[in-house]
Amino acid sequence: MVEHEGIQRYLAHAILWIGISVVAFPVYLAIVASTQDNAVIANGQMSLLPGGHFLQTYYQTIFVGTSGSTREPVGNMMLNSLVMALMIAVGKIAISIISAYAIVYFRFPFRMAMFWIIFITLMLPVEVRIYPTYKIVADLHLLDSYAGLSLPLIASATATLLFRQFFMTVPDELLEASRIDGAGPFRFFWDTLLPLSRTNMAALFVILFILGWNQYLWPLLITTRDDMQTIQIGIRKMITTTDALTEWPVVMATAVLAMLPPVFVVIAMQKLFVRGLVETEK
Amino acid sequence: MQKQSIFQSKLLPYALVAPQLAIVLIFFYWPAAQAVLQSFLLQDAFGLSTSFVWFENYVELFKDPRYFEAVVRTFVFSFAIAFSSLSFALLLAVMADKPLRGGMVYRTLLIWPYAVAPPVVGVLWIFMLHPSLGVLSRYLRDLGIDWNPLLNGDQAALLIILAAAWKQVSYNFLFFLAGLQSIPKSVIEAAAIDGARPMRRFWTVIFPLLSPTIFFLLVVNIVYAFFDTFGIIDTMTRGGPGKATETLVYKVYTDGLLGGNLGSSAAQSVILMGIVIALTAIQFRFVERKVTY
Amino acid sequence: MANVTLRNVHKTYPGGFEAIKGVDVDVGDGQFCVLVGPSGCGKSTLLRMVAGLETVTGGEIDIGGRVVNQIEPADRDIAMVFQNYALYPHMSVYNNMAYGLRNRGMAETEIKTRVEEAARILELAPMLERKPRQLSGGQRQRVAMGRAIVRQPKVFLFDEPLSNLDAKLRIAMRVEIRKLQRRLQTTSIYVTHDQLEAMTLADILVVMNGGRVEQIGNPLEIYQKPATTFVASFIGAPPMNLMPLRPDETKSRFAGDSRANGKAGILGIRPEDFVISHETIAGGVALDLTVEAIERVGAETFIYGARQHEEQGIAANPGDLPPGELIVRIPGAIAPAIGERIRAIAPREKLHLFSADGRTRLEA
Repeated sequence: MVEHEGIQRYLAHAILWIGISVVAFPVYLAIVASTQDNAVIANGQMSLLPGGHFLQTYYQTIFVGTSGSTREPVGNMMLNSLVMALMIAVGKIAISIISAYAIVYFRFPFRMAMFWIIFITLMLPVEVRIYPTYKIVADLHLLDSYAGLSLPLIASATATLLFRQFFMTVPDELLEASRIDGAGPFRFFWDTLLPLSRTNMAALFVILFILGWNQYLWPLLITTRDDMQTIQIGIRKMITTTDALTEWPVVMATAVLAMLPPVFVVIAMQKLFVRGLVETEK
Repeated sequence: MQKQSIFQSKLLPYALVAPQLAIVLIFFYWPAAQAVLQSFLLQDAFGLSTSFVWFENYVELFKDPRYFEAVVRTFVFSFAIAFSSLSFALLLAVMADKPLRGGMVYRTLLIWPYAVAPPVVGVLWIFMLHPSLGVLSRYLRDLGIDWNPLLNGDQAALLIILAAAWKQVSYNFLFFLAGLQSIPKSVIEAAAIDGARPMRRFWTVIFPLLSPTIFFLLVVNIVYAFFDTFGIIDTMTRGGPGKATETLVYKVYTDGLLGGNLGSSAAQSVILMGIVIALTAIQFRFVERKVTY
Repeated sequence: MANVTLRNVHKTYPGGFEAIKGVDVDVGDGQFCVLVGPSGCGKSTLLRMVAGLETVTGGEIDIGGRVVNQIEPADRDIAMVFQNYALYPHMSVYNNMAYGLRNRGMAETEIKTRVEEAARILELAPMLERKPRQLSGGQRQRVAMGRAIVRQPKVFLFDEPLSNLDAKLRIAMRVEIRKLQRRLQTTSIYVTHDQLEAMTLADILVVMNGGRVEQIGNPLEIYQKPATTFVASFIGAPPMNLMPLRPDETKSRFAGDSRANGKAGILGIRPEDFVISHETIAGGVALDLTVEAIERVGAETFIYGARQHEEQGIAANPGDLPPGELIVRIPGAIAPAIGERIRAIAPREKLHLFSADGRTRLEA
């Protein structure tokens, strides 16, 4: 419309750029801090421009760790986070797609009961049942293990519901055509349903990977060994000690490294990310 | 609810649901039931004996003014986070919805904070506003403000709210933008022809049409403020100073782990479950969730 | 090649709804059978039962001398063309056609020969590597046909295959399907709600209503001698005019059939069997009408008229049919003006007489 011309438009651009600056400033600060000398930062004299310690700080962070508090290389923490995030994403998609398949494409006694049993888990995050879950994982001897990190976080219905919803939109005739073409339940699933679900699986994977990578409370409880720590836990331990001893450049480098994979996923796979986010909220 | 065309098989469907059912039963239902059971038990100080005490844990909680304070604090935090984050996100979304050059670039530059983990958010913000070394604290002191969130409870609360709202802006922005784009252009054009100026058009046409999205986001933001702020609080203030930033979830955590008071912690968990179920029910009941993108 | 025989077939759904209430049909080898009826009449259900997509709750379905009630769709040696085509969206045209053959373990070279042959017949050869979404509606329809013919099945089943196409394409594909079927000589069962499609395609026409067969026969025979008022009004467009007759009228005019004697009945006259004239006609019917609407479609004209009470005396022979609207179809574009009074006459041999409940045809 006419009024979109001129000043209105400049105002919109200006507001958006202010918004972006506000959103980006804390991260910019972290990146800058990770390239500066700890002594300067601790004095409160930090410059707003990048310093010269980039390689040194990141080398130390990834391969050595802090000299004081954790002494665990962040590279190893990132590996743990990666394994956990992948196990959560892949595990959840795998068990959800087959259970959704059963619930939509078969009729069997207790079908609806099972659907509701799975559906109800949607409502409660892990936080509200944290200690009993901890006890069960301990009883199963899964503390400090990848299985213990990921299994309780797989126990939720979002993905099942998403696949169920998607399967309901697949035309019945496709199954009928497959049956006439001689495909049984396995063939239909593998040859037709799985390829059709590819986009949904990818979108879900993006979201679950981010959520998995960012898990905090659960890993905090069940990892006791330093070599099983995820990067989110590592960050917290680095600033546990009194402030004077905190190695801020390393902390900030760790924060940057912790942000890098999920932020990269969001930007590089923006379409899938948006789709996944909107779909999982339905 | 179900397809007309299906496969016939007696055992296969059970085999297919079995993995998910097993995980859900072991890691969801069993612990949830344990939490409920535990909330009726009292353990002595040495963990040697437990006795069944009915609702004593709950009664103790409701008599405890600190619990009441945590409830109020959590709701205040939730609404403050939701309000600030939603209004900032709505402003940005309305701007980004205009036919501007580089619209997609703006979207990309605004949605990435969704991917930043809560503990990282905490670290970023405490670093920025740390009383002795924070870059922004310098300016605040220059303005004559005695800024020290590590000692001043109100300032700590403000810091938590700002940090949590910051992270949630991207999520809200995305859904607002989707909601705005789903409003038919012809409706807005009709309002313009009817003589409504841009501001009036926003409040009388766009905002009401956006209300389902707003309500949906309000509930999501409150749930977010209940649970996902844990990581922010834990890296930034540990619930302090004093108890100034202790939310319900944080209290469950500290009472159970640090205090060892499992009965009370379990009772708090059960109350939290009730709140979440109520919020989810409200969402299902009232929100017509037709957010399209 | 095979006969398809349905013997007293029933379908009752678990909820108690009876969709098919006893159907007997015999489709000879190589014949083209069309099931036609309004929506909800059970025609699609019946087809899906032949395909094996719905269970049979009573009676027998026999394909090529073998009762197939308990046999899986894949093992019935049938192929089906769906209304929405049901192409696999993620597979190329070639793979869509090859999929059923691969599942049966056919050698890849044989598959290639068959798919290419089908593609040649259907003029799909340049599109074998495309995905369904890159094809037009008519092309998708042909791929669905191709998927059926590569299998070289005993029976083709068509479930309203043309209803997603626009009018022009529908006529073209209708001709294509008939040519193809003649050429392949494969027994076919075809479901449609379009009576024109049914008339033009069928060797045997099965008119269904409410889960029952109303009439089976060749299309022309059904058009000329509809067995019930339902068939009379469903086959032919515009539909046959139906008018109730009092007992004395039936008696005086249809003494030939003893079943009509002294009972009320229904008189039917097709719109095209009327002639506009001022005369009366011995043994026939003459009706005086006021013209209410006119539709000119070029080659012919439809006249919608209302019969009138006060004109009963003039209508005379055989007397006073009750008032109501009538459709008259005349060739050419010359028509009376709206409001004009005209007389429509029909000869005795063009009259159809049915029992009062419409279920029985009486001989005039």
